[in-house]
Amino acid sequence: MPKPDLMDFDKALELFEPVLGFEVHVELSTATKMFSDAPNPAAPGGFGAAPNTQITPLCLGLPGSLPVVNEKAIEYSISLGLALGCQIAPSSRFARKNYFYPDLAKNYQISQYDEPIAFEGSVEIELEDGTAFTIPIERAHMEEDAGKLTHMGGSTGRIHGAEYSLVDYNRAGVPLVEIVTKPIFGAEHRAPEVGKAYVSTIRDMVRALGISEARMERGNLRCDANVSLRPRGQEKLGTRTETKNVNSFRSVERAVRYEIQRQAAILAAGGTITQETRHWHEDRGVTSAGRPKSDADDYRYFPEPDLLPVEPSPELIEQLRAALPEAPAVRRRRLQEAWGFTDLEFRDVKNAGLLVEVEETVAAGAAPAQARKWWTGEIARIANTRSAEPAELVSPLHVSELIALIESGDLTDRLARQVLEGVIEGEGRPSEVVEARGLKVVSDDGALIAAIDEALAAQPDVLEKIRDGKVQAAGAVIGAVMKAMRGQADAARVRELVLERATGE
Amino acid sequence: MSDLTRLPASELAALLDGGEVSSVEITRAHLDRIAAVDGDVHAFLHVNEKAIETAEAVDAARAAGTASGLAGVPVAIKDVLCTLDMPSTSGSKILEGWVPPYDATVVARMRRAGLVPLGKTNMDEFAMGSSTEHSAYGNTHNPWDLTRIPGGSGGGSAAALAAFEAPLALGSDTGGSIRQPASVTGTVGMKPTYGGVSRYGAIALASSLDQVGPVTRTVLDAGLLHDVIGGHDPHDSTSIPDAWPSFADAARAGRREGSVKGLRVGVVSELAGGEGFQPGVVERFQESLALLEEAGAEIVEVSAPSFQYAIAAYYLILPAEASSNLAKFDSVRFGLRVTPDGQPTVEDVMSATREAGFGDEVKRRIILGTYALSAGYYDAYYGSAQKVRTLIQRDFAAAFEKADVLATPSAPTTAFPLGSKVDDPLAMYLNDLTTIPANLAGVPGISLPSGLASEDGLPVGIQFMAPAREDARLYTVGAALEQLLESRWGGPLLAQAPSL
Repeated sequence: MPKPDLMDFDKALELFEPVLGFEVHVELSTATKMFSDAPNPAAPGGFGAAPNTQITPLCLGLPGSLPVVNEKAIEYSISLGLALGCQIAPSSRFARKNYFYPDLAKNYQISQYDEPIAFEGSVEIELEDGTAFTIPIERAHMEEDAGKLTHMGGSTGRIHGAEYSLVDYNRAGVPLVEIVTKPIFGAEHRAPEVGKAYVSTIRDMVRALGISEARMERGNLRCDANVSLRPRGQEKLGTRTETKNVNSFRSVERAVRYEIQRQAAILAAGGTITQETRHWHEDRGVTSAGRPKSDADDYRYFPEPDLLPVEPSPELIEQLRAALPEAPAVRRRRLQEAWGFTDLEFRDVKNAGLLVEVEETVAAGAAPAQARKWWTGEIARIANTRSAEPAELVSPLHVSELIALIESGDLTDRLARQVLEGVIEGEGRPSEVVEARGLKVVSDDGALIAAIDEALAAQPDVLEKIRDGKVQAAGAVIGAVMKAMRGQADAARVRELVLERATGE
Repeated sequence: MSDLTRLPASELAALLDGGEVSSVEITRAHLDRIAAVDGDVHAFLHVNEKAIETAEAVDAARAAGTASGLAGVPVAIKDVLCTLDMPSTSGSKILEGWVPPYDATVVARMRRAGLVPLGKTNMDEFAMGSSTEHSAYGNTHNPWDLTRIPGGSGGGSAAALAAFEAPLALGSDTGGSIRQPASVTGTVGMKPTYGGVSRYGAIALASSLDQVGPVTRTVLDAGLLHDVIGGHDPHDSTSIPDAWPSFADAARAGRREGSVKGLRVGVVSELAGGEGFQPGVVERFQESLALLEEAGAEIVEVSAPSFQYAIAAYYLILPAEASSNLAKFDSVRFGLRVTPDGQPTVEDVMSATREAGFGDEVKRRIILGTYALSAGYYDAYYGSAQKVRTLIQRDFAAAFEKADVLATPSAPTTAFPLGSKVDDPLAMYLNDLTTIPANLAGVPGISLPSGLASEDGLPVGIQFMAPAREDARLYTVGAALEQLLESRWGGPLLAQAPSL
């Protein structure tokens, strides 16, 4: 597929105003599913079960089965609605969204249509330079997830061209909250950044609420990004596209930027934008046309007759409101103070989307400065080369263990990087990798002194130079020793020993 | 001992209690009767091979003192209900041979109470019809006249009772499918308050209208069975959580002297006769009212002007919900699969399966319902129908200000000949004129025999309706009238049925 023309981003912003909108689906981590007592694969530890094992008659849409609302999911949804600054409907209703698709067992999805549980809110996000930006929220509504199709025998992995498809209904009925923003104006050249910061804020929010595992790579959090452009000075909104599968913060940023550049090129050339869903291709960094989507899609919504309206008591709502975790801005101030970071250091962590990781690493016993250094440094670097999120690579617990090994002198920074690599490759926890790869620092002075003697024999004038005050001359010996020890020595200790030798003689 | 198949369940239970007869004997008597007459009646789609085995277990439990009540009494189950050990087809080819991995709640409760499932009974496909002629598995014949319909959709359960093939049966009633078959076969059928009996495991037709209920030969038997199957079920969100009184007790109370004294019986003027009503039906209806009045009831006239729109509203709401409920029949996970030649897509397979698996009436209602829910038509059709529903509920509320129960004929006519209306859907739909309002409002309704129409000698039914949750009133007034009528007839109406 040839890459379509893209307009230079700054040029595109000169000619057009981007208008954004996001739909974020959050899988709730309740023990059971939205409408049945089947185990929820989105619950902690629930991921990765064998296909079609986490199911009840309802998950398969068997005749005679009926849905029953999971009260915990209602509570989670209310908490999320409150955190989004929404009003909670005293009465909301489920509806049936009717369409035929093999991953949809009943051939209708139970969702909320004209009466969502939460509506009219706003979320404050913070951009990379610390400016605040407000995202207006239209609604948050509850629904059930569909099953998962795997298309076999085709080259593209898509349904067209496939010989047959496999359906796994484990995911069918997983509780979802869909958060829909209003049109977002005023993001301008920061539109890509706004997208990234918004999704990262939602992730932090649901994690702080403890209502979702929020692992984007597992589909716990999924984002559809809507982008439209209108010529400067025009009131009427342009035609929008809805880009699906944008499942990392980085991809949100890239996909929004790409759509702005793509649409601008088409519009400037006198073309028109087709209203459609588009697919984001992480590998190539492009979107491609999916299904044309018109407002006339007819899902024949009607109120779900198998369920009663959801009518949470005012007491329950107030109880959940009182239990909300602190607001993100308050939390950021608290963490910065506790960690003793400068504004710049703190912003580094926050902009990398690593506040939660650093927080959990510190909670596991690491010094804040070390936690920041490893997450924003080596781990972020590796994540970048792999187009992954740092959090997907390694757990805060393992990072904390790694830092402890450095602090105790068992690892040097250099060795620790190799251990980290092993952890990321799935070789086990840091102590196991140290063991398996034999990476422990050589702390036996006898072995070090032998190596120093060998190095000094090759460079006999070094001791003389040190005695003359040219301490930096020790560097050559230290380098030779470290090389001989294949890096598994503590350079500081080697230096100490070399200096002792010089002054001691 | 008298023929065990002629006795009501209440008497069978008493015999079992006294150790005078075993469940095996009762069950065998009914299986023999099925073998003898079901070739003519065709009430059953499936006869339970394990019925005797189950009966033996119940006998052992009774001997051990761990079973009582209706334990050991056989029961026929409408095929709309899921049963673990028998196919459950809802009268459709698309579910031919499908054995569910679970029991409907009502079935599970009956098993727990020790009732012995005899088999599954015939019905209009997915409960769509008033004659059982829309079954994919052939017609059921009315035991009073084998050339006539047994009513529908639960014609199989009603016919099984009228032919003495079962003492008890279960039905489901979306617009009259329990009450109209009871009416035309001279049996008793009760549609409980919506939410009074669990719908879990009942293959859905129209979720907001469907209600499972008992079909029996006496009002007391209906109360006994209702006590077993009713009450809150956490698997059905629309199930009412409150406790219910004993309906058997309510029926027994009806047989006491003066039980209807001062009871205000409202006659719905729009449904008491006139166009479409067979004169013999109206005659029997008036006679029953007169008997109640003699017994001390007060007959009052009430008006329900919105009832005239009930059928129109019903035939929008029902198809709309049905079109969605029946979408699951797509061949992917269960049931029939038809694979067209060539390289069919999943949509091709779904279409071919639904084309081959659904009958004409089902397709007609799916198309109607899909249309009624379409964008641009929703407000005019489904939306308006829901408004009518609200008006009907208000009419009921106003009528129940003036009356404790309402009375109408259960159906406008007696059983019509097989084949006479099957090609005229509108004429068929009109047969549910008097039963549909109760479903739209969610109120309970009972039908019991009120005699034979003078012009054709076929059974006529009278229906009583009560406010939601007041099901007990229906058992009391029903049992009272039943007693008055039977003393006039010198025994049950079914004793006058021709022998098969």
